[in-house]
Amino acid sequence: MTKKQSLVVIGNGMVGQNFLASLVASHCKDNYHITTFCEEPRAAYDRVHLSAFFSGKTAADLTLVDDGFFASNGITIHLGDKADHIDRNNKTVTSAKGITIAYDVLVLATGSYPFVPPVPGHDRQNCLVYRTIEDLEAMANAAKSSKVGVVVGGGLLGLEAAKALTDLGLETHVVEFAPRLMAVQLDESGGAMLRRKVEALGLQVHTGKNTTLITDGAQCVNKMCFADGEELETDIVLFSAGIRPRDDIARACGLEVGPRGGIVIDNQCKTSDPAIYAIGECALWNGMIYGLVAPGYAMARTVVADLAGEQASFTGADMSTKLKLMGVDVASIGDAHAKSQGSLVYTYQNGASEVYKRLVVSQDKKQLLGAVLVGEVSGYGTLLQYCLNGIELPENPDSLILPHRSDESVGLGPDALPMSAQICSCYDVTKGAICQAIEAGCTSIGALKAETKASTGCGGCSALLKSVMDCELLKHGIEVNTDICEHFPHTRQDLYNLVVVEQIKTFDELLDKHGKGRGCEICKPAIGSILASYWNEYVLANEHLGLQDTNDTFLANMQKDGTYSVVPRITGGEISPDMLIALGQVGKKYKLYTKITGGQRVDLFGARVDQLPHIWKELIDAGFESGHAYGKSLRTVKSCVGSTWCRYGIDDSVGLAIELENRYKGLRSPHKIKFAVSGCTRECAEAQGKDVGVIATENGWNLYVCGNGGMKPRHADLFATGLDKETLIKYIDRFLIFYVRTAARLQRTSVWMENMEGGLDYLKGVVIDDKLGLCEQLEQQMEHVIDTYQCEWKTTIEDENKLKRFRHFINSDQPDDNVVFVEERGQIRPADDDERKHFKMMEVA
Amino acid sequence: MSVWKDICSTDDLQPDSGVCALVESKQVAIFFLVKEQAVYAIHNYDPIGKANVLSRGMIGDIKGEPVVASPLYKQHFSLKTGICLEDETIAVPAYPIRIANGRVEIQVSTVGIAKGSAYEGAGA
Repeated sequence: MTKKQSLVVIGNGMVGQNFLASLVASHCKDNYHITTFCEEPRAAYDRVHLSAFFSGKTAADLTLVDDGFFASNGITIHLGDKADHIDRNNKTVTSAKGITIAYDVLVLATGSYPFVPPVPGHDRQNCLVYRTIEDLEAMANAAKSSKVGVVVGGGLLGLEAAKALTDLGLETHVVEFAPRLMAVQLDESGGAMLRRKVEALGLQVHTGKNTTLITDGAQCVNKMCFADGEELETDIVLFSAGIRPRDDIARACGLEVGPRGGIVIDNQCKTSDPAIYAIGECALWNGMIYGLVAPGYAMARTVVADLAGEQASFTGADMSTKLKLMGVDVASIGDAHAKSQGSLVYTYQNGASEVYKRLVVSQDKKQLLGAVLVGEVSGYGTLLQYCLNGIELPENPDSLILPHRSDESVGLGPDALPMSAQICSCYDVTKGAICQAIEAGCTSIGALKAETKASTGCGGCSALLKSVMDCELLKHGIEVNTDICEHFPHTRQDLYNLVVVEQIKTFDELLDKHGKGRGCEICKPAIGSILASYWNEYVLANEHLGLQDTNDTFLANMQKDGTYSVVPRITGGEISPDMLIALGQVGKKYKLYTKITGGQRVDLFGARVDQLPHIWKELIDAGFESGHAYGKSLRTVKSCVGSTWCRYGIDDSVGLAIELENRYKGLRSPHKIKFAVSGCTRECAEAQGKDVGVIATENGWNLYVCGNGGMKPRHADLFATGLDKETLIKYIDRFLIFYVRTAARLQRTSVWMENMEGGLDYLKGVVIDDKLGLCEQLEQQMEHVIDTYQCEWKTTIEDENKLKRFRHFINSDQPDDNVVFVEERGQIRPADDDERKHFKMMEVA
Repeated sequence: MSVWKDICSTDDLQPDSGVCALVESKQVAIFFLVKEQAVYAIHNYDPIGKANVLSRGMIGDIKGEPVVASPLYKQHFSLKTGICLEDETIAVPAYPIRIANGRVEIQVSTVGIAKGSAYEGAGA
């Protein structure tokens, strides 16, 4: 085995981290000892979504590094230690703290720094920049005693920063030197439309302003003076006037840099020293600095390929962008300014709806060269594909931006895309890769995302991904059979709608009208659940009895030997000593195995079917009720102890957890539902791993949805912040019923969300903005479920007829002789096969 | 010799579901299909899950064949023959059963896999 080489990466930003992740995923990772220096006190995080920090996300939410990434891949990271200088002769890097590491291969990923114009006063109090989490903390700090904030720079980042200031509650201004906003990406009319829209949102825009001095203000901390004689008072000045490559360490060791900065690289991302690569915003390729993350990732991939001995080149990157700025959709593609020779321009402007679109096409009108979209960007995916793949335009190119008011279809069918077309730019997934995954059996959006990573970055390509998938499936003649089973040619969602529209109350009625045969263990419980969600009748009523899975039939959970476990409800995990004693007495009397569950309650195992009613009679007399652990329904609302006892608690998490659990208990749903409520952001109740998670903050409750633990953990999405209890409950009501109505059979909320077209934004639209006009219905249905709640065990033990079922034999009082227990750690457990044989022999002897 | 043995009243059966009877020290799962007014009997022991639970499984049909799905691991057993649909080398005994004058009657002396005779149609 050859000796390992030393590979050092300077900088653990987005691109540096992406490089490490690509490297350890490649087959050449074993060739290197890897060391990285990170100047910041924390490892790589998502700078693209930095403003999310002010809408409730924490530094931990923004991290790009999986837990244990460095340790498990044998990477040494020096956090909070900046690489200070490079000795190219001896091939070493020395850090600010004095650590010296020898390298065989060096990768510079030093990134960029915010450009601060050298205006006198630029270093005054509250003059800040917007780049790191520390910058954000400084902003938040300064905002506490501020009323007005100004962002210098009206580009992409500037508008993001303005959003952050607005979120902090400041009167916000944007000052731009150029005559319009987003001067690089937008033409004059596009910029003007964007300006109108952001001004309507409360932002004050000043264009064509040249700041000459920052000095003491009269009402505010600072005053900005402009070349035209005007002045603007402000507490905070936030510079976001572009970036500059951080090339000082390269300069100092004599690497070639560009006349206006940037470390010069070739097509393999090598600097003028072949042992040193540079990637990301510090690198200058062909006279260009790329200030976007996707080209940086492309450079990282190029270096990994080069190290692996593969042919790879970085040959520039598309700078097209689509984003939401302060809620306004904006997109820019290719040559937006029509600088190409002979280019022709089409524009569409709709003042009423504030939509602006511009197409730049070649002289022969065959090729799309660029585009600008403001206010309505649904055509972005199609236009980008025309532009990047040189697809010939339709006869009237303007049809691509004119609103179509009839059924005519003008979009570019996914069929027309070449296999090399890039569908997902975040993860560089081509149409070819998606088709391959489909052939390998991925036939749902969820499966495709998991397999290819497509659409798991910014999510901008989700609609395109879906249309590619649908088109491919159709072409393969794969009819995706979504029938629930052979008895009903319908999905669960269809069946739900049939029940609602035709007001169907029983399985037999639904089977007669819409199915065939007798049903099976797939459709029966699914329909049983739908009927229970909608009508909420007693699940063991004669007409519903046969629909229940064995757990629901016996209102307990069957274990491997045919005995059951019993779980009474302990709302929020709160239980008095007396109740705990009562539970212990029942466990002791019936010799049950007892264990504390993950959902903060007690599970009692080893109950024979004939014991269940007796056990429940005693539990109900002691004040317990069914915990629905057997049903596809609300299980538990876990809580931390909250502000009542905890030194750090912000609000009463236990109180809210109990209220929520009592509200939603008994709700039958497509799959089980788990909640948690944490009393502060320390998050001891692990609410972000639950279907519904609530966390107390100083500003109110933050609501998270669609998290999951288990086989495929999913971090919940932040759904709404700073809610009062009434609004919180309203949102949860709507969310739950919308899930009940639209999820597939046995689909947890996490998978439901992954497969939802439009994802989180769509769900917010439905639940918060009521864009489907459904909210009143959803709330009414929840009210019905709450009003008709019953403890199924209470109803059952009061009905002689129902109790007949709880015997092992219909014609004998003997118990099942196959149920045999042995003792372990002072409690019972089912005997294994050998023990059982031994037991039988003893019986015979 | 096979004789019809009286087990219970039809009122003791559960609609579109199963119950278990003790018949000459054998555990017999009895299923009652309301619409067809049909009854079926197979042994209660699930040879895959190794527990006496088949009477607590859900019933239905797979391509017309009446089946019970084991409540443990969901394999299907034919109610007519006791054969496991997922693995035909596995089977549980099936027993002749009928309803006579509102009473449920079974023959259990049949050894091994019975051909099975479902009683179909009330009053026949």
